[in-house]
Amino acid sequence: MTFLNFFISGISLGSIYAIIALGYTMVYGISKMLNFAHGDVIMVGAYICFYAVVRYGLNPFLAVAVAMVLCSVLGIIVEGLAYKPLRQAPSLAVLITAIGMSYFLQNTALLLWSSNPKVFPSVVGRGAFHMFNGNLSVSHITALTIIVCLVIMVALSLFVSKTKMGKAMRACSEDKGAAQLMGINVNATISMTFAIGSGLAAIAGALLCSAYPTLMPTTGSLPGIKAFTAAVFGGIGSIPGAFLGGLMLGVIEIFAKAYISSQLSDAVVFGVLIVVLLVKPAGLLGKMTQEKV
Amino acid sequence: MKKVLVCSLLVLAMSASAFGAAFKIGGTGPLTGGAAIYGIAAMRGAQIAAEEINALGGDVQFDLRYEDDTHDAEKAVNAYNALKDWGMQVSLGSVTSKPCEATAAENFADRIFALTPSASSAAVTEGKDNVFQMCFVDPNQGTASAQYIGEKGYAKKVAVIWKNDDVYSKGVRDTFVESAGKFGLEIVSETAFADGNDTDFSVQLTDAKDKGAELVFLPMYYQPASLILAQAQAMGYAPKWFGIDGMDGILTMEGFDKSLAEGVMLLTPFNADAKDEKTVKFVTEYQKRFGEIPNQFAADGYDCVYAYCQALTQAKATPDMDAETLCPKMIEQFTTMTFNGLTGENVKWSKNGEVTKDPKGMVIKNGAYVGLD
Repeated sequence: MTFLNFFISGISLGSIYAIIALGYTMVYGISKMLNFAHGDVIMVGAYICFYAVVRYGLNPFLAVAVAMVLCSVLGIIVEGLAYKPLRQAPSLAVLITAIGMSYFLQNTALLLWSSNPKVFPSVVGRGAFHMFNGNLSVSHITALTIIVCLVIMVALSLFVSKTKMGKAMRACSEDKGAAQLMGINVNATISMTFAIGSGLAAIAGALLCSAYPTLMPTTGSLPGIKAFTAAVFGGIGSIPGAFLGGLMLGVIEIFAKAYISSQLSDAVVFGVLIVVLLVKPAGLLGKMTQEKV
Repeated sequence: MKKVLVCSLLVLAMSASAFGAAFKIGGTGPLTGGAAIYGIAAMRGAQIAAEEINALGGDVQFDLRYEDDTHDAEKAVNAYNALKDWGMQVSLGSVTSKPCEATAAENFADRIFALTPSASSAAVTEGKDNVFQMCFVDPNQGTASAQYIGEKGYAKKVAVIWKNDDVYSKGVRDTFVESAGKFGLEIVSETAFADGNDTDFSVQLTDAKDKGAELVFLPMYYQPASLILAQAQAMGYAPKWFGIDGMDGILTMEGFDKSLAEGVMLLTPFNADAKDEKTVKFVTEYQKRFGEIPNQFAADGYDCVYAYCQALTQAKATPDMDAETLCPKMIEQFTTMTFNGLTGENVKWSKNGEVTKDPKGMVIKNGAYVGLD
């Protein structure tokens, strides 16, 4: 039963990684850039939720909706100011800009909201479902996170494969120049991608802070890096891959802590990552693409 | 915030110069970044003390300057050098342990006397005759906690959860584990966490619970501790909790459910709810200026400046003396004087710079600290 409990802890941690990884992978899949500021948009989303609920007494679900809208706007602004001017620049320059953006958001948050940690009110309370005479418990927030993850995953897949905008996104992802020649507004498409990715980040922020309720300006950065790892693990650019990678990373982390050593858990997690990447360089569900020269 | 900071520094500089020359006193601390809560608190505490002293218009006046080190050792050395160029005569070291280990080495090499408010690792003062601490050195906290728990008979079986990438946590944990046996404690479970996996504590708590720990010792800062308390409650585990000075601040977290911390015990040198005149005055002033309750870092910063004031007065030092002249005078004063401050009465320093003062045992009752003794 302890094993099952650990497994569920792993799933609950992993589902958080997964939901963050979805945002990473979606932006990467379409614009082919790593948005390292994603973790910090999550933090901003969580702060917006926090203030909406605690200061303005909004319903938590309404607060998440507000955060989604504001974060989408933030995503568009960040993309327009920091990434759009670098569309033709080498990818390394964009990567560095993204890292700079990440620090910029963190330090702005620090000035606006101070470094004092705040305790986030859970969107669904702190209850849990108990099974097997209370030996096994799954918290409401874990259940909610997994459901939300699945919904987002299906919705994103459908959006990308069925809608006109989705088609435009896939076209941009394959070849920006050719897409433009076909009459696709590349800039608008990429802005849209960022808006969706940042909206997802707001949901991830609310769920992350509901599960692990301390909120600081640095809250998003480390889970962001772990989630990025999860996205690479699952195959970056692949939407189901991000989900699978996130869950597996969480489970491996908890099992490593429980059965190997609580001090070495990260070493084990990243060790597994290295092995997986050696065997499958594109990640678990990633596609190897041939670069034609 | 930055504006306020600049303004207050300006006011400070002006008020100091209005009375003639002042001692240039400088420190580094994390004013931005994840550890900013500690740096900003220590700086604000020192500011209030310096302004109070300057307003009295005595012989000792201060010109205080803080530089940001973002809790990074390399940046701390740069910040220290900026202060040295500015003409710092006595130093407040750095606020956090890792950067302070770096700046303390510089202080030692440059013969600039340092009194750090809160850098508590043993390496800060080790082998340096001119670096002193206002806070307890980490190893002492571990031993003192083990002694306190053992002698009061709070528990026999103890679990320790510590942060293995943090010198502060490790220092306390090491001596706690080492001395636990001496005070009749049996450590049944010992688990760790680090930056990056400091959100989920189910494994650590399950281990402590399964092995029957009656008390869990938490040598860490309050932010992870608040998560541990919440997750323990969710899994229905209710041992006794014992923290150290880093636990201070947990009650002032915005939105924190104070009932989670009910019964948490901790050893801390400063209690913002104490009713003595000095503490009340400081807490009121701090709240008026910054809109929050000061933590122990603020009190440490405040005490440092007052300790300097006392030492400089007794040494009959004048602001025209350079750092190298002041250094031996300060060493002499600090190893002989007794200081009464917010963080302790009859505070004394040993030759190696470690402080001796009585830790206060506190317990959280109805959302406030109450003395244990």
